[in-house]
Formats: sequence, structure tokens, C-alpha cells
Amino acid sequence: MRLYVDSAKCSGCNACRVACSLNLFGETNPKKSALVIEPQFPAPGVYKVSVCTQCGDCAAVCPTEAIKKDEQGAYYVEFAECNLCEACVPECPEEVMFVRSKLADTAWKCDLCGDCVAVCGTSALWIAEIETAAA
Amino acid sequence: MNGYGGSILRVNLTNGTVAKEPTPAEVARDFIGGRGFGIYFLLKEVPKGADPLGPDNKLIISSGPISGMLIPGGGKCDWTTKAPLTGGYASASMGGHFTAEMRYAGLDSIILEGISPKPVYLFIDDDKVELRDAADLWGKATFAVEKQFKEKLGEEYQVAVIGIGGENLVPYACINHDYGRQAGRGGVGAVMGSKKVKAIVLHGTKSVPVADKDAYRTGGMALYKACKDAEGLKEWTRYGTTIVVSWCDEVGALPTRNFSAGSYEDGKNLYGPVMREKIVITDKGCFGCPSPCGKYSRNKKYNSYVEGPEYETIGLMGSNLGIDDIEAVAQANLLCDDLGIDTISAGNAIGWAMECYEKGILTKKDTDGLDLKFGNVEATFMLIDKIAHREGIGALLAEGVKRAAKKVGKGSEKFAIQVKGMEQSAYATHNATAMLLAYMTCDVGAHHNRSWAITYDLQVGREKVVPEKVARVIWLQNFRPMFDVLGGCRLQWVELGIDRDLYVPALEAITGIHRSWEDLDKVGERIWNLTRLYWMRENEGFGREWDLPSPRFYEEPPKSGATKGQITSFEDVNTLLDMYYEQRGWTSDGQPKPETIESLGLKSVVA
Repeated sequence: MRLYVDSAKCSGCNACRVACSLNLFGETNPKKSALVIEPQFPAPGVYKVSVCTQCGDCAAVCPTEAIKKDEQGAYYVEFAECNLCEACVPECPEEVMFVRSKLADTAWKCDLCGDCVAVCGTSALWIAEIETAAA
Repeated sequence: MNGYGGSILRVNLTNGTVAKEPTPAEVARDFIGGRGFGIYFLLKEVPKGADPLGPDNKLIISSGPISGMLIPGGGKCDWTTKAPLTGGYASASMGGHFTAEMRYAGLDSIILEGISPKPVYLFIDDDKVELRDAADLWGKATFAVEKQFKEKLGEEYQVAVIGIGGENLVPYACINHDYGRQAGRGGVGAVMGSKKVKAIVLHGTKSVPVADKDAYRTGGMALYKACKDAEGLKEWTRYGTTIVVSWCDEVGALPTRNFSAGSYEDGKNLYGPVMREKIVITDKGCFGCPSPCGKYSRNKKYNSYVEGPEYETIGLMGSNLGIDDIEAVAQANLLCDDLGIDTISAGNAIGWAMECYEKGILTKKDTDGLDLKFGNVEATFMLIDKIAHREGIGALLAEGVKRAAKKVGKGSEKFAIQVKGMEQSAYATHNATAMLLAYMTCDVGAHHNRSWAITYDLQVGREKVVPEKVARVIWLQNFRPMFDVLGGCRLQWVELGIDRDLYVPALEAITGIHRSWEDLDKVGERIWNLTRLYWMRENEGFGREWDLPSPRFYEEPPKSGATKGQITSFEDVNTLLDMYYEQRGWTSDGQPKPETIESLGLKSVVA
């Protein structure tokens, strides 16, 4: 399973990012969320949203093996095991692997909790099986 | 303090100093936030008789406890000041992402004081607060300035900026944010301009503390679920406020040719579905909004992009000017936003000028040669520019319709559509007595959002003048502005019809203070009375006369449309006021009685 987004439906409201920070850190702070919304205004007047595809590239390079896979196939960061080395950050093809040491003493990423989907009023986000090239 | 950023930021522009103080707990308890904080600081700190554009006036910018939280619509920011347009109370509500960012920077209010000797912008990045030189920004339009900051600093930074209108102290200049959201009414942009503050640039990375994390999450999720389950969500999101254009046209509430009628023969060209089809490309939401009313448009005809137009602008820049081209309306919207003037007041001013011209009160000698007939799109664009620059006839129209009509005379006062000096927003009220009363008694002048009562008129009989209608207006006036106090948007309740009781547990979990809606309505009533007392303090002889509507609504029945031949009599206008004052506990001249002030616990606030 992974998170999908249709950027054309995003209205840039950031409710997903608030819900995400609340799930990951128990805080109301979208700067600590695992989704990126890039407003492109005044032209072309759209939002570009980036989400985790659960590709696992981050986990593959983590020297402390802090990025683990859960039973639904989602990679998550075990906060206590992260050493903030940032090796995972450049590996992420979607740029949704985060280390901001001023904000948190751990890396973070999408753990597929689904709270972002629950609050998205425009149905821009959903969770589904990972589509493979063969499928 | 749970539910709050924790600090009030004071910016003394005269001295160039900034200082933070803790948000006073008792003010948070009694006035909660947003426009509650606004009227509290305005009454306490701005001296009686202050010049709205002088150093004694303050611009009070406030978030509220649901701003930036996991609560639908927590994206509203209140801008309170003494209004240059009216000489009374102004509170403008701005959507977008600014109010949430204030909270993440730890701020509940920003208070701009004094006057800077030179153009500056206020830069806030968490605890770093600086006044920076804005010489190179002065004279620039709003979009260019916002873009410049976003390109330099990144999209996480939020920007509120004034345009040429604010710099030139146009009394209905607005403040722009997020390429299309405004603090629009009453001239808050002129106050910022008088202080020589071109922009506020804001970034915060802090978390907002809450009293009960689990209950907060549960309460917030329940609110989002209610919004998503609402039957009207899809339709509302597709059209936003433009959904009401056709309805208003059908019931005779769509302002047409300077409010001389309420139905527009070419109105169909301005309806929501036409606009959606022709120009809308993106639904653009304020912070945390599951039902975004913002419609972002690509205007091929004028090769431009603009957020909107929303209903008010379609009414005032479209039908009210006899313009039936949605792309022309969108372009007028863009010009107003970029120059930083309020589309509602500007649309009224231009409509008034067009009527003067068609009646021969103004001629080409007065209009800089412009052929100001209703429907003239090019002349409309030119007038918007002239108003912002106060150039030629623009200098007259920049004063607002009340002052302009007083200067011009010749009966033009009768069709200056305003109350207390504020131009009326886009509901024609020839025969809609609750909505008429709502405009007459609104705390900033003729604005609709405190009490949008027109649907109630239709429900119970539009011509009726009965105590139940008055009670409805008062209830709405107490309750609806509470969303501005909480720092959120009322449209999830208004348009999606979600149960307002769902906010109660969420708000309690955030602040740790239980408040039922009965309690909240009471806070709304206290604030309503305080704003009335503010008008009285600032304007000698303030009373019933100030609550009268434009004579158009009691003297001139429309000659066409759904309200053809319909009018509210002057006697009924006064009966409405009699009933309103009695139910409010005010004197027959519209002043809160001492026992009313006492029973609302306001004696110490106004002492």
C-alpha cells in the first residue's frame, strides 16, 4: 500500500500536513509533516504535491537501520534509532524524507497512517495498493 | 497558555522598536482571540478622537485559538483598527495562511503602532523580528511584492502587502495576501500605508500547545468528517460563493446598476457554472479548509491569472456596473487586488459615478473625458487605476460614496449606497427586511457577513416586519462573528450545515476551557455592544440616524426584476430599529443602556 495524490485536486489548504504532524509527533506544526505542497502562483496557478511512494530507497541507505517496514508495507522511522546523518534525504526521489534538526532530533517520513486522507476535503489523497510496472 | 501562540508583538514604528509581551490570560479568557482581541486593544489603547491615519491609531492583527489547528477553516485573521472610511470601528477578516503562520511564530496578535519615518517591511521568522527598509518596494503592486518575497525566501513564508491604494491612503484600501485573499473592508490597507509599512513577512516553525491532545485530535477529526459527509460539499466546492449569483438574480438580491434593481437581465452570463466553465482552473483553499470557496482563474481574454471573482465582486463589478462579461469582471478583480483596493467599495463608487453620469450630474468635464455609461468595461478599468492613484475623478471616488456624494450633491446622496460611510456589499435589499436591518446595524457599516439574513427573509416572508426577524438578526450578529473571534471560517456551518456543537469539545481540548455555544454567543453579544460603544465614543451624536440605510431602499422601488415595484416603507425601517434597540437593551436612539452594559459585565472594559 502507498499514498497517492492527484495534485490537480489539491486546494493547498494544508489540513493534511497538520494531521500528519499530529500523527508523527503529537504536535500541530505542518513544518513537521511528511507531505510537501508547493503552491505555484500567480502562474500557472496550481499546487504541486509530493508524497511518499514507499519505495524504500531511504531504508536501503540508513546506516543505523532506523527506517523499518511495518506489516502493511510502509516504511517508518524508529525515532530513537535515527542518528540524524541525513544519508536518507538525498536518496528520496520525491523529496519527502526530512531532517530538520532545529525542529526534531530525528528524521521523519510518511508512515501511511492515513490521517491526511481523512481530512482532505477535495479527495486529492488516497491509499491504495502499489501499482507495479507489470500490473 | 494552551491554545495560544503565547505572545503579543508590539511594533513601534515611530521609534523602530519591537517588543513582545505575554498574551494576557484574562483577555484570552474574556475575549478569546481574533476580533475579540481587536476590539479590546482598540478600546483600551487607541485614544478617543485619534486620527485614523495618524500616529495614535493602531493596526491590530489577531489570530484565534482555532487558527492553524486541526479544525476546518482555521485560516482567518482579524485586522482591527479605527476606520479611515467611516471614522468608526473596522474589523476586516482575511483568509489564506497568514493567521496559521502567526501561531507557528508564537504570536496571537501583532500590533502596529506609530508611524515610520520611511517605508519599511516587518520581517518575522520565529523569534527574529526586524523592521527592514522597503524603499525599493514602495510604489510596487501587490503581486510583484509577494512574488519577490516568495522567490527569495521560499513558499513557507507568508506575506501580507499593501498596494498603491494603501500607499495613497485610499480610505477603502485593502491588504493582500496569498495572491488573492484580502483584509478588505474599512480601509485597513490605508492604515498600514499611513504607518509606512509596505508588507509583513512571516515564518514560524513552532507547535501550538493544546490542553488535551487526544480529545483535540478526536474533535478535529469529527469536524472534518462532518464536512466531508455533508451533502452540499461537492456542489459548494465546485462553485464557491458564485453558487449564489443565480439565486440572488432570481430573488431580486443581485445589485444591478448601482442597486437600482435586484435582478439583471444579462445576469445569466455571470452565473457560477458559466464562470467555472470559462475561466476556473483550480480550487484554492484557505488554511485547513475542506470546502475551498476560492476559485482560481485563468483569464484568456486578458491573458491574466486571478483568484476569483467571488460573489461580492461579481455583484459589485458585474451586474452593479451593467457588465455581463465574467472575464471583464475577473480582470477588474485583478486590478483591484494588485492595486490594493476593496472591490466592494470600489464597485459601489464606480456604480455611483455611472449613475451620476447617466443622470447628467457628472459630465465628461468631471470624468476626465470618460464615457461613464453603465456597461463600459474600459472606463471601469481606468477608474480603478485612477482611484488607487487618486488621479482626476479617481480622487473624488477614492473618498467613498458618502463623502463623494456630499461633495457633488444634486441629489446624488440618495443613491450613495452605504451605511455609516461603508459601501453596501452585494445584496440588494429593496424588499428583504431582515437583511436590510442587518446592513443598517452591522458594526462596521453596510457589510453582510455578520448577519447573512436574506435566506431567512425568503423563509418567513420577505416584507414582514416582526420581532422574530429582528431576533434572528441579533442572534446571527452575536453568533456568526464568533468565528472571527475564534480565528476560523463560518462557511462550514453556513454552507455545509455542520452541527456547531461539534466545535465545542474541540475548542475545549485546545484551550482547556469549556465553552458552550450559549457561552460563546454571550461573548459575541459583549463584543457587539463594545463595538457600539466604540462608535459612540468616536462620534459625537452617534445614534439612530447612523443606522439608516440608503434612501434607495425605502423610496425607489425597482422598475424591473423580481422585486419590481417593491419597497420597505420608511415607517417600517424605523419600526425595525425600534424593535432592534429594544431587543438589544439599547435606548430608542440606539445606545446601550447602563443596565445592559452592567449585565454584560462590560463596565470595567469601558471605564
